[in-house]
Amino acid sequence: MDYLSSVLFVFTLVIGVGFFATNVRKLIRNIKLGKKIDRTDNKSARWKNMIRVALGQSKMVSRPIAGVLHIIVYVGFIIINVELLEIVVDGILGTHRVFQPFLGDTLYGFLIGTFEVLALLVFISVIIFWLRRNIARLKRFMSQEMTRWPKNDGNYILYFEMVLMSLFLVMNAADVSFQQAGVGNPISQYVASWLSGFRVEQLHTIETWAWWLHIIGILIFLNYLYYSKHLHILLAFPNTFYANLNPKGKFTNLESVTKEVKMMMDPNADPYAEPEASSGDEMPEKFGASDVADLNWVQLLNAYTCTECGRCTSSCPANLTGKKLSPRAIMMKTRDRLEEVGKNIDLNRGVFVDDGKQLLGDYITPEELWACTSCNACVEECPIEIDPLSIIMDMRRYLVMEQSAAPQELNMMMTNIENNGAPWQYSQMDRLNWKDE
Amino acid sequence: MNVPTMAEMMAQGKQPEVLFWVGSAGSYDERAKKITKAFVKILQQAKVDFAVLGTEESSTGDAAKRAGNEFVFQMQALTNIEILNAYEVKTIVTCDPHSFNTLKNEYPELGGNYKVYHHTQFIKELINDGRLSINASLKGKRITFHDPCYLGRANDVYESPRDLVKRLGVNLVEMKRNKNRALCCGAGGAQMFKEPEKGNMDINVLRTQEALKTNPNIIATGCPYCNTMMTDGVKFHEKENQITVKDIAELIAEANNL
Repeated sequence: MDYLSSVLFVFTLVIGVGFFATNVRKLIRNIKLGKKIDRTDNKSARWKNMIRVALGQSKMVSRPIAGVLHIIVYVGFIIINVELLEIVVDGILGTHRVFQPFLGDTLYGFLIGTFEVLALLVFISVIIFWLRRNIARLKRFMSQEMTRWPKNDGNYILYFEMVLMSLFLVMNAADVSFQQAGVGNPISQYVASWLSGFRVEQLHTIETWAWWLHIIGILIFLNYLYYSKHLHILLAFPNTFYANLNPKGKFTNLESVTKEVKMMMDPNADPYAEPEASSGDEMPEKFGASDVADLNWVQLLNAYTCTECGRCTSSCPANLTGKKLSPRAIMMKTRDRLEEVGKNIDLNRGVFVDDGKQLLGDYITPEELWACTSCNACVEECPIEIDPLSIIMDMRRYLVMEQSAAPQELNMMMTNIENNGAPWQYSQMDRLNWKDE
Repeated sequence: MNVPTMAEMMAQGKQPEVLFWVGSAGSYDERAKKITKAFVKILQQAKVDFAVLGTEESSTGDAAKRAGNEFVFQMQALTNIEILNAYEVKTIVTCDPHSFNTLKNEYPELGGNYKVYHHTQFIKELINDGRLSINASLKGKRITFHDPCYLGRANDVYESPRDLVKRLGVNLVEMKRNKNRALCCGAGGAQMFKEPEKGNMDINVLRTQEALKTNPNIIATGCPYCNTMMTDGVKFHEKENQITVKDIAELIAEANNL
């Protein structure tokens, strides 16, 4: 037994998984910066929604080409990772294909053979994805927000997957005894024929290298997630579980406003009464959202879950007609700001120190917010039930109720509603005139 | 027109079967008033015992809410709920999907619990109950239906308007984007009351362009705001002599010679 390689393997594994765990903790902390919202009701509907939308990919296939290719990559990714279990056990114990004697050649061969076929299918799908992004240049991958990092991120993920799938096949191809047994190598046998010029020892070296690079690659990919749009492979599940189950047209009623309005309307209320004694220096609640901490944690989870596919933006009426609003950019900017706030907290030992920036203005402009028709097309399109509209609405609320910064025509409309009960300047007394006209 | 108000009904000690929520557009907008009247004629033909709030009705507050003004919205909502509850209203029907959505989804938490119908749902129920029938008098016409966002995506109502359109005997042709993937007309979210942000096209122009591709005689809608936007869009494309924009209630009233 080669103790050194076992020790090295365990060391690599601990570093890789440990670093990932640190980032997961940071991720959870950042999401918890959001306000409380109760999404624990109706558990059975939530489980069903998650199983249908995340596990079952039901919304992906509304765009069939991308949908089917995505399902291949998704299924392939999950199933091939069963092989990871064997790799880890082999790595720790210093064994070679430890499951083979347990499962018997036929079953083991069937499993590995399936993995190989899937690996090839994933490889092909990923190539097509790459072509769509870089050669066919689909419009939704070419938008303003998809330059630099977001563009590169998308490609890096595809390269990662190509390399990982290739290493898996090369590893099998260079395994002399595995190839000699001749079961479970439907794809790697062809790769093996390309390697026929090598001597046995060389093949063994290739196999060892491919094996190591494969597992190290997986660990790097795992740690890449936190910095990438690829986080959706994990967060799609909680995101669909905690999704809004109400009709999409139902917007929240701000409770803090209800209290004030009820007091205003109560004829018995004393207008000069002291406000209810609050606990010390508690800030009065802010209406709407100007920064990430004003959003609720599900909205922040949404931001980390977004995989920047752009289906939302490609169906947004404002974006389709050349306005600045892009629902995808709303999510990306929210994540960027949240990351910035998170880093600020890291640097300042656990507390956020005002950096003179906020989500509104520094990231998302009023022009974007006012272009929204609240049509819910973005929410409907999202394959993992992200809700950009709720963020837009919360920020509009801040603009209007905290800053009185609505466009002039909207101020007139709102004044009319307040004064005469209609968005236009007509007397309420004329409301029934139509019946005699 | 004989349109009783809740106040008149109450004075006579009567409780109507349904309250017709006319909405601000339906009350004041010249084009939308025609939809209101068409729907009243249908209600009368089906002998529905209905009433309106009349001068006691006030904006639902939808436009203020979507603009971000929760204060004005809740003031409106609480005032309306006080009146609706005082009249012990149980069932409401409206021709405006925005009122429909707000009354149905956003009023309950504030104390207003009613069974709320969009007029296409209500008419369909009248037909199912044998109280109304539609003359299939528009045979040979091509109609495309534009889904209002606040009826469709917001509340998943796609079939009742289509069912009614089909009963007119017409050829219903769907636009490429329809039902849950329909494109907005551009009026929602308080956009109706402001100029659009800078862009390269108005949303209603794009949506009517999609409707024109179906080569229709009529563009049907179920929302007074969509109606305005689509009518303007048809004019933009200079097709107002060939294509009319009609609410489903108007088409039914015409088909039944009301």
